[in-house]
Amino acid sequence: MAELKPSISVEYTEKATIVRFTDRKILEERDIRALQDSLMSLVEQAGPLNLILDFSNVEFLSSAILGLLIRISKRVAEQKGTLRLCGINPRIYEVFKITQLTKVFDIHKDIDSALKGLP
Amino acid sequence: MSQGPTIGSMEVHSSLSALEGVCKVILDLLGRYKYGDEDIFAVHLALEEAFSNAVEHGNRGDPNKTVRIDYAIDDKRVELRLTDQGNGFDPQKVPDPRLEENITEARGRGLLLIRAYMDQVEFTPKGNSVRMVRMRHPEPAPQ
Repeated sequence: MAELKPSISVEYTEKATIVRFTDRKILEERDIRALQDSLMSLVEQAGPLNLILDFSNVEFLSSAILGLLIRISKRVAEQKGTLRLCGINPRIYEVFKITQLTKVFDIHKDIDSALKGLP
Repeated sequence: MSQGPTIGSMEVHSSLSALEGVCKVILDLLGRYKYGDEDIFAVHLALEEAFSNAVEHGNRGDPNKTVRIDYAIDDKRVELRLTDQGNGFDPQKVPDPRLEENITEARGRGLLLIRAYMDQVEFTPKGNSVRMVRMRHPEPAPQ
């Protein structure tokens, strides 16, 4: 499993690339920018990609992270890939519900369910 | 035993790097008044969003400007006022990020989240100062 600074780990499986956020909170602007650079480079290197983002460790996020996720999802779609989110705790899921991003993102309970039915 | 209110203010450089320190002061106070995780999450999120708006939209990224944070916290409520040095804005004119035409925009959700997580949100007529209040919410019963 590869470790990327500042705050993700990446696991390559047969069906998908699984990115786990390893920080409980991603707050600093520079960390968000670095995170976006890391994720974008993953997406762009791979071509069509099944990407799963695992939020199991994340206890706090702000709209800056939601913006990052939107940018990533657009890039994945341009590359004809698939993006799924999983492991989102109820408090953070509420943020997705309030912003109605539950309509935009394909959100799964955990990695096992996110892996099901991938192309 | 109830504690008296803590009232104070901070003025920091208009930079997102100042946010962590601001959050620490406010969230430490919430801890001292034994607010629960739901209240702490809500105030943290609203503070982050309001501060980011002040830096990016209010002060338009000018690090020579400042953001002032006034706070009054007691057992029952958390009141924050953030004031930037910009020209203000009309909150009525901020597009609804939930609409179909806006939902895939990367930005524009801060105000929606502030209103969702705080019980009172008011802007000054000029629009460069926001006052927001969160009442203490009861903690959910243990499962």
